[in-house]
Amino acid sequence: MKIPILRLGRILLVSIQDDLTDNDAMQFQSDLVERVAEIEALGVAIDITALDVVDSYMARVINDTACMVGLLGAEVVICGVQPFVAMTLIEMGRDLLGANCAFNLEQGLEILNRRIATRGDIHIDEDEDD
Amino acid sequence: MTEAFASEFIPIRTPTDIVTARRAARTLCERLGFGKADQTRLATAVSELTRNVIQYAREGSCQISDTSDAGYRRIRVLVEDHGPGIPDITLALTDGYSTSGGLGAGLPGTRRLVDDFGIESAPGLTRITIALQKPL
Repeated sequence: MKIPILRLGRILLVSIQDDLTDNDAMQFQSDLVERVAEIEALGVAIDITALDVVDSYMARVINDTACMVGLLGAEVVICGVQPFVAMTLIEMGRDLLGANCAFNLEQGLEILNRRIATRGDIHIDEDEDD
Repeated sequence: MTEAFASEFIPIRTPTDIVTARRAARTLCERLGFGKADQTRLATAVSELTRNVIQYAREGSCQISDTSDAGYRRIRVLVEDHGPGIPDITLALTDGYSTSGGLGAGLPGTRRLVDDFGIESAPGLTRITIALQKPL
Protein backbone atom coordinates (compact mmCIF):
# COMPACT_ATOMS: atom_id res chain seq x y z
CA MET A 1 0.00 0.00 0.00
CA LYS A 2 1.32 3.40 -0.94
CA ILE A 3 0.63 6.39 1.27
CA PRO A 4 -0.09 9.52 -0.76
CA ILE A 5 2.18 12.48 -0.04
CA LEU A 6 0.43 15.74 -0.86
CA ARG A 7 2.30 18.90 -1.70
CA LEU A 8 1.18 22.36 -0.67
CA GLY A 9 3.91 24.69 -1.92
CA ARG A 10 6.97 23.80 0.14
CA ILE A 11 4.99 21.87 2.70
CA LEU A 12 4.23 18.16 2.48
CA LEU A 13 1.15 16.55 3.99
CA VAL A 14 0.96 12.87 4.73
CA SER A 15 -2.14 11.32 6.16
CA ILE A 16 -1.78 7.73 7.28
CA GLN A 17 -5.28 6.39 6.68
CA ASP A 18 -4.86 2.71 7.26
CA ASP A 19 -3.41 0.22 9.67
CA LEU A 20 0.12 -0.18 8.25
CA THR A 21 2.09 -3.38 8.08
CA ASP A 22 5.75 -3.09 9.05
CA ASN A 23 6.76 -3.12 5.40
CA ASP A 24 4.28 -0.35 4.57
CA ALA A 25 5.74 1.69 7.41
CA MET A 26 9.30 1.35 6.10
CA GLN A 27 8.11 2.18 2.58
CA PHE A 28 6.37 5.26 3.92
CA GLN A 29 9.57 6.34 5.67
CA SER A 30 11.76 6.13 2.60
CA ASP A 31 9.14 7.65 0.27
CA LEU A 32 8.70 10.63 2.56
CA VAL A 33 12.40 11.25 3.17
CA GLU A 34 13.07 11.09 -0.59
CA ARG A 35 10.20 13.43 -1.37
CA VAL A 36 11.35 15.96 1.25
CA ALA A 37 14.83 15.99 -0.29
CA GLU A 38 13.46 16.19 -3.81
CA ILE A 39 11.39 19.33 -3.30
CA GLU A 40 13.48 20.68 -0.41
CA ALA A 41 10.37 20.85 1.70
CA LEU A 42 10.39 23.39 4.50
CA GLY A 43 7.77 21.61 6.54
CA VAL A 44 6.14 18.21 6.87
CA ALA A 45 2.88 17.37 8.62
CA ILE A 46 2.26 13.71 9.39
CA ASP A 47 -1.37 13.05 10.24
CA ILE A 48 -2.03 9.87 12.23
CA THR A 49 -5.65 10.56 13.21
CA ALA A 50 -6.71 7.27 11.62
CA LEU A 51 -4.20 5.11 13.52
CA ASP A 52 -5.90 3.38 16.42
CA VAL A 53 -2.84 1.31 17.30
CA VAL A 54 0.67 2.71 17.51
CA ASP A 55 2.96 0.08 18.96
CA SER A 56 6.63 0.57 19.83
CA TYR A 57 7.68 -0.30 16.30
CA MET A 58 5.34 2.18 14.64
CA ALA A 59 6.27 4.82 17.21
CA ARG A 60 9.91 4.30 16.35
CA VAL A 61 9.24 4.54 12.61
CA ILE A 62 7.34 7.79 13.10
CA ASN A 63 10.01 9.21 15.41
CA ASP A 64 12.86 8.16 13.15
CA THR A 65 11.09 9.58 10.12
CA ALA A 66 10.60 12.89 11.92
CA CYS A 67 14.30 12.98 12.87
CA MET A 68 15.42 12.11 9.34
CA VAL A 69 13.26 14.79 7.82
CA GLY A 70 14.60 17.21 10.43
CA LEU A 71 18.17 16.32 9.47
CA LEU A 72 17.40 17.29 5.90
CA GLY A 73 16.29 20.71 7.08
CA ALA A 74 12.51 20.52 7.29
CA GLU A 75 10.22 21.27 10.23
CA VAL A 76 8.01 18.37 11.29
CA VAL A 77 4.80 18.05 13.20
CA ILE A 78 2.81 14.91 14.04
CA CYS A 79 -0.93 15.54 13.99
CA GLY A 80 -3.93 13.80 15.49
CA VAL A 81 -2.54 11.32 18.03
CA GLN A 82 -5.68 9.64 19.38
CA PRO A 83 -6.27 9.90 23.15
CA PHE A 84 -6.12 6.14 23.71
CA VAL A 85 -3.00 5.89 21.59
CA ALA A 86 -1.40 8.59 23.75
CA MET A 87 -2.38 6.75 26.93
CA THR A 88 -1.07 3.43 25.66
CA LEU A 89 2.21 4.88 24.45
CA ILE A 90 2.94 6.56 27.77
CA GLU A 91 1.98 3.45 29.71
CA MET A 92 4.36 1.40 27.58
CA GLY A 93 7.29 3.75 27.84
CA ARG A 94 7.75 7.43 28.27
CA ASP A 95 9.88 8.31 25.30
CA LEU A 96 8.26 6.32 22.54
CA LEU A 97 6.92 9.29 20.64
CA GLY A 98 9.01 12.37 21.18
CA ALA A 99 8.28 14.48 18.12
CA ASN A 100 6.32 17.72 18.13
CA CYS A 101 2.60 17.10 18.03
CA ALA A 102 -0.58 18.98 17.23
CA PHE A 103 -4.25 18.16 17.76
CA ASN A 104 -5.09 18.15 14.09
CA LEU A 105 -3.80 18.93 10.63
CA GLU A 106 -5.04 22.50 10.72
CA GLN A 107 -3.16 23.32 13.92
CA GLY A 108 -0.18 21.39 12.62
CA LEU A 109 -0.01 23.55 9.52
CA GLU A 110 -0.21 26.71 11.60
CA ILE A 111 2.68 25.51 13.74
CA LEU A 112 4.72 24.64 10.67
CA ASN A 113 4.08 27.99 9.02
CA ARG A 114 5.00 29.85 12.18
CA ARG A 115 8.20 27.86 12.64
CA ILE A 116 9.18 28.28 9.01
CA ALA A 117 8.55 32.03 9.28
CA THR A 118 10.84 32.38 12.30
CA ARG A 119 13.61 30.43 10.58
CA GLY A 120 14.01 33.34 8.20
CA ASP A 121 14.47 31.30 5.02
CA ILE A 122 10.93 31.76 3.84
CA HIS A 123 12.17 33.88 0.92
CA ILE A 124 12.98 30.56 -0.74
CA ASP A 125 9.24 30.32 -1.32
CA GLU A 126 9.51 33.04 -3.91
CA ASP A 127 11.43 30.78 -6.26
CA GLU A 128 8.66 28.29 -6.11
CA ASP A 129 6.83 29.09 -9.31
CA ASP A 130 9.72 29.19 -11.72
CA MET B 1 -25.97 -13.96 26.60
CA THR B 2 -22.66 -13.50 24.87
CA GLU B 3 -21.21 -16.42 22.99
CA ALA B 4 -19.02 -17.69 25.81
CA PHE B 5 -15.60 -19.14 25.07
CA ALA B 6 -15.31 -17.53 21.68
CA SER B 7 -11.79 -18.17 20.52
CA GLU B 8 -9.76 -17.28 17.51
CA PHE B 9 -6.54 -18.88 16.36
CA ILE B 10 -4.29 -16.82 14.12
CA PRO B 11 -1.13 -18.27 12.59
CA ILE B 12 1.68 -15.69 12.64
CA ARG B 13 3.90 -16.06 9.57
CA THR B 14 4.14 -12.69 7.87
CA PRO B 15 4.02 -9.07 9.06
CA THR B 16 0.46 -8.88 7.70
CA ASP B 17 -0.57 -11.43 10.34
CA ILE B 18 0.48 -8.93 13.03
CA VAL B 19 -2.21 -6.59 11.71
CA THR B 20 -4.76 -9.43 11.54
CA ALA B 21 -3.99 -10.46 15.13
CA ARG B 22 -4.24 -7.00 16.63
CA ARG B 23 -7.50 -6.33 14.78
CA ALA B 24 -8.96 -9.60 16.04
CA ALA B 25 -7.91 -8.68 19.60
CA ARG B 26 -9.60 -5.32 19.32
CA THR B 27 -12.77 -6.81 17.85
CA LEU B 28 -13.18 -9.38 20.63
CA CYS B 29 -12.42 -6.71 23.24
CA GLU B 30 -15.11 -4.51 21.80
CA ARG B 31 -17.60 -7.36 21.56
CA LEU B 32 -17.06 -8.20 25.24
CA GLY B 33 -17.80 -4.64 26.23
CA PHE B 34 -14.32 -3.41 27.08
CA GLY B 35 -13.82 0.32 26.61
CA LYS B 36 -11.73 2.02 23.97
CA ALA B 37 -8.74 2.34 26.29
CA ASP B 38 -8.65 -1.40 26.94
CA GLN B 39 -9.23 -2.20 23.28
CA THR B 40 -6.21 -0.08 22.38
CA ARG B 41 -4.09 -1.60 25.17
CA LEU B 42 -4.84 -5.17 24.14
CA ALA B 43 -4.44 -4.49 20.41
CA THR B 44 -1.08 -2.84 21.09
CA ALA B 45 0.08 -5.66 23.38
CA VAL B 46 -0.86 -8.26 20.76
CA SER B 47 0.95 -6.23 18.13
CA GLU B 48 4.14 -6.19 20.22
CA LEU B 49 4.06 -9.91 21.01
CA THR B 50 3.26 -11.09 17.50
CA ARG B 51 5.99 -8.84 16.10
CA ASN B 52 8.46 -10.54 18.44
CA VAL B 53 7.35 -13.86 16.96
CA ILE B 54 8.15 -12.71 13.42
CA GLN B 55 11.38 -11.05 14.50
CA TYR B 56 12.88 -13.74 16.69
CA ALA B 57 11.18 -17.00 15.72
CA ARG B 58 9.97 -16.25 12.18
CA GLU B 59 6.63 -17.93 12.83
CA GLY B 60 4.26 -18.93 15.55
CA SER B 61 0.67 -18.46 16.55
CA CYS B 62 -1.68 -16.25 18.47
CA GLN B 63 -4.79 -17.52 20.21
CA ILE B 64 -7.29 -14.99 21.46
CA SER B 65 -9.97 -16.36 23.78
CA ASP B 66 -12.88 -15.21 25.82
CA THR B 67 -12.30 -16.76 29.25
CA SER B 68 -14.95 -14.80 31.12
CA ASP B 69 -16.41 -16.41 34.23
CA ALA B 70 -19.06 -15.57 36.79
CA GLY B 71 -17.02 -12.77 38.30
CA TYR B 72 -15.00 -11.33 35.46
CA ARG B 73 -15.15 -10.47 31.84
CA ARG B 74 -11.79 -11.64 30.60
CA ILE B 75 -9.78 -12.00 27.39
CA ARG B 76 -6.74 -14.20 27.35
CA VAL B 77 -4.18 -14.20 24.57
CA LEU B 78 -1.58 -16.91 24.12
CA VAL B 79 1.31 -16.16 21.80
CA GLU B 80 3.48 -19.15 21.06
CA ASP B 81 6.49 -19.90 18.91
CA HIS B 82 9.13 -22.57 18.41
CA GLY B 83 12.04 -20.18 18.02
CA PRO B 84 15.32 -19.97 19.92
CA GLY B 85 13.64 -18.85 23.13
CA ILE B 86 14.48 -15.92 25.40
CA PRO B 87 17.87 -16.59 27.03
CA ASP B 88 17.37 -14.24 29.98
CA ILE B 89 13.75 -13.43 30.78
CA THR B 90 14.59 -10.97 33.54
CA LEU B 91 16.78 -9.03 31.16
CA ALA B 92 14.18 -9.18 28.38
CA LEU B 93 11.66 -7.63 30.77
CA THR B 94 13.99 -4.76 31.59
CA ASP B 95 13.14 -1.38 30.09
CA GLY B 96 15.52 -0.34 27.38
CA TYR B 97 17.10 -3.75 26.89
CA SER B 98 17.01 -5.02 23.32
CA THR B 99 18.91 -7.61 21.34
CA SER B 100 17.45 -6.43 18.06
CA GLY B 101 18.43 -2.77 18.01
CA GLY B 102 14.88 -1.82 18.97
CA LEU B 103 13.87 0.48 21.80
CA GLY B 104 13.58 -2.34 24.29
CA ALA B 105 10.06 -1.24 25.12
CA GLY B 106 8.28 -4.28 23.68
CA LEU B 107 8.06 -6.82 26.51
CA PRO B 108 8.25 -4.54 29.55
CA GLY B 109 5.84 -2.13 27.84
CA THR B 110 3.43 -4.93 27.03
CA ARG B 111 3.50 -6.14 30.63
CA ARG B 112 2.39 -2.70 31.80
CA LEU B 113 -0.57 -2.67 29.42
CA VAL B 114 -2.27 -5.83 30.65
CA ASP B 115 -3.69 -7.22 33.90
CA ASP B 116 -1.90 -10.51 33.75
CA PHE B 117 1.37 -11.43 32.08
CA GLY B 118 3.02 -14.83 32.05
CA ILE B 119 6.05 -16.00 30.19
CA GLU B 120 7.76 -19.35 29.79
CA SER B 121 10.60 -19.78 27.42
CA ALA B 122 13.11 -22.43 26.48
CA PRO B 123 14.85 -23.14 23.19
CA GLY B 124 12.11 -24.48 20.93
CA LEU B 125 9.13 -23.17 22.87
CA THR B 126 8.20 -19.73 24.02
CA ARG B 127 4.73 -19.12 25.43
CA ILE B 128 3.54 -15.73 26.51
CA THR B 129 0.10 -15.30 28.00
CA ILE B 130 -1.57 -12.00 28.65
CA ALA B 131 -5.01 -11.21 29.95
CA LEU B 132 -7.21 -8.21 30.31
CA GLN B 133 -10.16 -8.37 32.68
CA LYS B 134 -12.79 -6.34 34.39
CA PRO B 135 -15.27 -7.22 37.10
CA LEU B 136 -18.79 -7.90 35.88
